[in-house]
Amino acid sequence: MTETAPQPRTAASNPPVQPIGSNLLPSDVVRISATKDVPQPERQLTKVAKLIDVSKCIGCKACQSACIEWNDTKPEVEENVGVYENPHDLTPNMFTLMRFTEWVNPETDNLEWLIRKDGCMHCEDPGCLKACPAPGAIVQYSNGIVDFIHENCIGCGYCVTGCPFDIPRISKVDHKSYKCTLCSDRVAVGQGPACAKACPTEAIVFGTKEDMIAHANDRVEDLKSRGYANAGIYDPPGVGGTHVFYVLHHADKPAIYDGLPDNPRISPVVEGWKGVTKTAGLAVMGVAAVGAAIHGIFARANKVDAHEEQEAEKLVQSGGSDDRGAV
Amino acid sequence: MRRPVYAEPGDRIESTKPVTVSRYRGFIRANHWITAITLILLLISGLAFFHPSLYFLTGLFGGGQNARWLHPVIGVVLFVSFMVMFIQLWRLNLPTPDDRAWLSQIGDVVKGNEENLPELGKYNAGQKFIFWGMTILIVVLIVSGVMIWEQFFGELVTIPTRRWAVLTHSLAAVAIILVFILHVYAAFWTRGTLRAMTRGTVTGGWAYRHHRKWLRELAGRRTRGPAE
Repeated sequence: MTETAPQPRTAASNPPVQPIGSNLLPSDVVRISATKDVPQPERQLTKVAKLIDVSKCIGCKACQSACIEWNDTKPEVEENVGVYENPHDLTPNMFTLMRFTEWVNPETDNLEWLIRKDGCMHCEDPGCLKACPAPGAIVQYSNGIVDFIHENCIGCGYCVTGCPFDIPRISKVDHKSYKCTLCSDRVAVGQGPACAKACPTEAIVFGTKEDMIAHANDRVEDLKSRGYANAGIYDPPGVGGTHVFYVLHHADKPAIYDGLPDNPRISPVVEGWKGVTKTAGLAVMGVAAVGAAIHGIFARANKVDAHEEQEAEKLVQSGGSDDRGAV
Repeated sequence: MRRPVYAEPGDRIESTKPVTVSRYRGFIRANHWITAITLILLLISGLAFFHPSLYFLTGLFGGGQNARWLHPVIGVVLFVSFMVMFIQLWRLNLPTPDDRAWLSQIGDVVKGNEENLPELGKYNAGQKFIFWGMTILIVVLIVSGVMIWEQFFGELVTIPTRRWAVLTHSLAAVAIILVFILHVYAAFWTRGTLRAMTRGTVTGGWAYRHHRKWLRELAGRRTRGPAE
C-alpha cells in the first residue's frame, strides 16, 4: 500500500486493482461536532459535489439499489400503499429515496411527474453538526463531505432537530443516527458515490464542485432552450451552498418537488439554542453556583439565638396565646 | 370564627423542654430525597448535553449512550415524585397577605433582621417562590422533554415544534438550576433548616424565629387537644 488514491473527479472511473491508500484522513477534518478550535488541516482537498439533474431522472431507483448494496443496509420490506416511493420514507437503512410528485403545471395544464432523489445535501454549514452534543459524532471534511462517526453517536436526535432538510434517521436497533455519507469510503479511494455510478441516465453525476456547477449551467441552458424558462440550479445559499445539489426544471418553485425547502437555513431557534442560550446559560449558572458557595462560606449565617429558644418555650407553654405585640 | 390554618395536620410539637417541632414525617422526607437525587442526576446528565465542555460528565453514567437513555427515564421518576410532594404541600404554599409584607421588606430578609418581619405560617414567600418555580419548571421540562424524547416519541411532534421544545427545555433547565441553587443556599444559610428534611424536626427557636404563626397554631392545637 504505497500509493495514495487520487481525489476523484468523476463517478465513472473504475477502481485500480492494486491496493491503494486512503486519501480522506482524520487530518482532513475541518469541523467536528461539539468541538471548538479544530486544528485546521495543512492541505485543502478539492471541494466535491454530487449533481442531481431532476430533468434527466427516470425514477428507476438504481441509485437506491446501489446505495443499499454499497452500504450493506437492509431496508424493511413494506406494504404497497399505491405510491411509488419505496420505502415510504428515508430510514436508518435507506439513505436515499426517490420522491415522486404528480404536479399539474397551471400554465400548460400538463401533468408533470416530478421525481427527486432525496438524501443528505452535505451542507457547507451543516445544521446537524451544529446541533450535535457529542464530540466527534459528526465531522466535515475539507472536500465538503459531512459524515457521521457512529462510534461517537449517542442517539439523542439533536441532528434531526438541526437539519433543515429532515434527513437523519435514528436507528431503533443501535440508537445511532444514519444518513448518506456521500460514499466517503469510496471517495477516499478515488471513486465516486455508488448512486452516481449506478445511474443509467447520468441524472446523478459526481466530481469537483466547480466542474459540477459548470455542467449544471450547461444543463440549465439546454433546459431553457427547450422551453423550461425557469430552469435553474438549487444550491441554497442559506446553508452556504451544498455538496449535493440539483438542477430543477422549475427552480422558481422548489417546494413542488415534494417539499424541497424554498430557502433552507439553520433555524434561528436552533441558532439561539446552540448560541446565546448555551453560552449565557452556562455563565449564569456558573456565577450563581460559585457566588452562592462563596457567600455561604463568608457571609453571616441566619442563626437562631438562645433568647428565641426561650421565647419558643414560653409560647408553647402559654398555648400559643402570648401577648402578640410584645417584643 | 375559623382561624386560618398555618400548619399541616401532621405537624406537632414533639417535646417542650427544649421545644422541638415535627415539620416533615418520614414519607415526605424520603420522597423529597428521591426528588433531590433525581434532580441532581438530571442536572449532571443534562448539563453534559447542554455544553460540550461538560460532556465528560456522561462518563458518570457509563458513556453518552447510557446518559442519553437514562436522562428521560430519571425525568419521569422525578416528575412522579415531585407530583406526590406537590399534592402534599400546595395548600400551605398558596399566597397570603403576609407574603406581600415579607417581600416588601426583602432587605431585612437578606440582612437576617427577622424581628422586623411579619409573623409567618409554615412557609415564607421565598419558600413559596421556590415551590411554585419548581412546579412550573418541572411541568415545562416534562412536556418539552417528552417532545424531544427520540427513543419513544421521535414522531410525536413536527421538527419545527421540536426545535422550540429543545430551546424551551434548555432555558427551563437553566432556570430550574438557578432555583435549585437558591433552594440549597437558603437551606444552608438559614441554620437549623436542613434537619427538617433529615431528622424531620426543627427547634422551637427556629420555628419561633422563622414561622411563628405556624408554631403558635401548633402550640394552641396542643393545649386544646384534638376534639375527643
